[in-house]
Amino acid sequence: MTALAVRELAVDLDRTPVLHGVNCAAAPGGWLALIGPNGAGKTTLLRATAGLVPYRGVILLGGTDIRSLRLRERARLVAYVPQQPVLPPSMTVEEYVLLGRTPHLGYLGGPGRRDREQAAAALARLDVTRFAARRLASLSGGERQRVVLARALAAEPRVLLLDEPTSMLDIGHQQQVLELVDGLRRDGGLTVLSTLHDLTTAGQYADEVVLLDSGHVAAAGPASDVLTADLVARVYAARVTVTVGPDSRPIVTPRRPG
Amino acid sequence: MTRPALAYAAAAIFLIAAAGVSALVGAADLNPLATIAAMLDKIPFVRLPSSLSPIDRAVLFQIRLPRIVLGILVGGLLSVAGAGYQGVFRNPLVDSGMLGSSAGAGLGATVAVVYLGGIGPSAVPIAAFVGSLAGVAVAALAGAVGTARGPVGNGTATLLLAGVAVGMFLTAAQTYILQRSTQVLQQVYAWLLGSLSGASWQQVTEILPYAVISVLIILAHGRHIDVLSVGDDEARALGMNPALVRGIVVAACALAAASAVAVSGLIGFVGIVVPHVVRRLAGTSYRLVLPLSLLTGAGFLVLADTVARTVLSPAELPIGVVTALAGSPAFVWILRATRAVGT
Repeated sequence: MTALAVRELAVDLDRTPVLHGVNCAAAPGGWLALIGPNGAGKTTLLRATAGLVPYRGVILLGGTDIRSLRLRERARLVAYVPQQPVLPPSMTVEEYVLLGRTPHLGYLGGPGRRDREQAAAALARLDVTRFAARRLASLSGGERQRVVLARALAAEPRVLLLDEPTSMLDIGHQQQVLELVDGLRRDGGLTVLSTLHDLTTAGQYADEVVLLDSGHVAAAGPASDVLTADLVARVYAARVTVTVGPDSRPIVTPRRPG
Repeated sequence: MTRPALAYAAAAIFLIAAAGVSALVGAADLNPLATIAAMLDKIPFVRLPSSLSPIDRAVLFQIRLPRIVLGILVGGLLSVAGAGYQGVFRNPLVDSGMLGSSAGAGLGATVAVVYLGGIGPSAVPIAAFVGSLAGVAVAALAGAVGTARGPVGNGTATLLLAGVAVGMFLTAAQTYILQRSTQVLQQVYAWLLGSLSGASWQQVTEILPYAVISVLIILAHGRHIDVLSVGDDEARALGMNPALVRGIVVAACALAAASAVAVSGLIGFVGIVVPHVVRRLAGTSYRLVLPLSLLTGAGFLVLADTVARTVLSPAELPIGVVTALAGSPAFVWILRATRAVGT
């Protein structure tokens, strides 16, 4: 049984084909990383899964076609964190995380005790309880990312979609955020589908890597199979050396010509 | 007391104080204590003797009170509609008069004065009401067509631009009609600048059902507007339908603004200034901003109307002039403040 399965996914944006017949799948509690050059269709695949762009093909969540789910039902199963989330500057952290409960509220209902408890639990899980009353505008990059993750977790999703979760962070905060996400999937059985532009990072955290190239799957599998110097050279037009790290995961190092 | 409770208390006190001042001030010099006693006497199960003369009673209950109640309704409607629009468009400068609402009402009223004068004075409010709603409907339709053809994800800006275009078109039509019939210029202008001088209990009961329905719908969507503040994409990923919520709120705001315009003419700035002041003082959650705008706007308009009917007494200043004189400097202040915050 897969937590998330994408079959023959095709998406056109503004009449331009962006994804052509993409297949991939993630096991429950797994971490599937999408890699590929700019414009390969990584973000579009995430957005299709979040229900934000029309698509052809099938996306299954735990065996259920997401087309058969209502907007709110799907939002309870899948939480989406875009690359640059909109953070209303004067909203407090607590109010923002409580927005994550939206899929659980009736049309005219407001957040109740259980919703506040779940929001508080998400704040605690990401260690941001102490600045619950702060305004979003006052947060640093690392704090923002944790608060956004807290909002996603407050929905109690089964699948977490992360678009470049570390692109705005320094190396320390990158590791902190990725370790947090890794902990969440190990403890909570959360399935993670993320785009990651850093190939070494993708290899370190994902148990399955899908390399997209111009809307097609160029390679898929464990990091050691996908991250080869030849494949990276061909898809990215980049010169790299691939070595094996102490954890036997591949390390991709850029190389100057000559 | 918590911050929201404090804000509600402050807004309620402001409204009661504004209504009280307005009841006591005016051409007929009513005795304050007797006036308060006479008003409290109207509350069920309260019996208070009042020394108010029958004429003073008539002034209070047939002239001042309906005008105060109408001011409360109009100010509250314009402010809550402005706040609702600002929320769903994520733009603090959108006003209840935009989206073709004021221009449609103006054209409707002008047509009524120029061509439908024979029907009687009741034609103007009805024509203004219908014109206001029709203006928004045309703007929404034009916006929907523009969004369908245009680039993805630009719905709110397209709708606003369509509203501006429709507003200009309707204003041009109105200007042309006016230019052809200059003998009614003064009558139309008196209406355009806004006034509560014709207030009656009948006007109150005529707009009350629309006011109640539109306000209830708007207030029920405070949480949805808060969700919209993270953008349409993320709101949709949170299981909400942004277009549906925006459509419902815009329709309710259009109904609220049309009800106000029908009985008061065009009163500018209330819908922008009041919600902005409320956001400054009570935070940006629309679950608070909407009801507080309703209360504060009601108080503000009652005060403005009191100024309008007293400074040049026995002549009256158009209330639209009073709100604009107070509102324009505030508008500039908003422009500065919003740039500073970076929203």
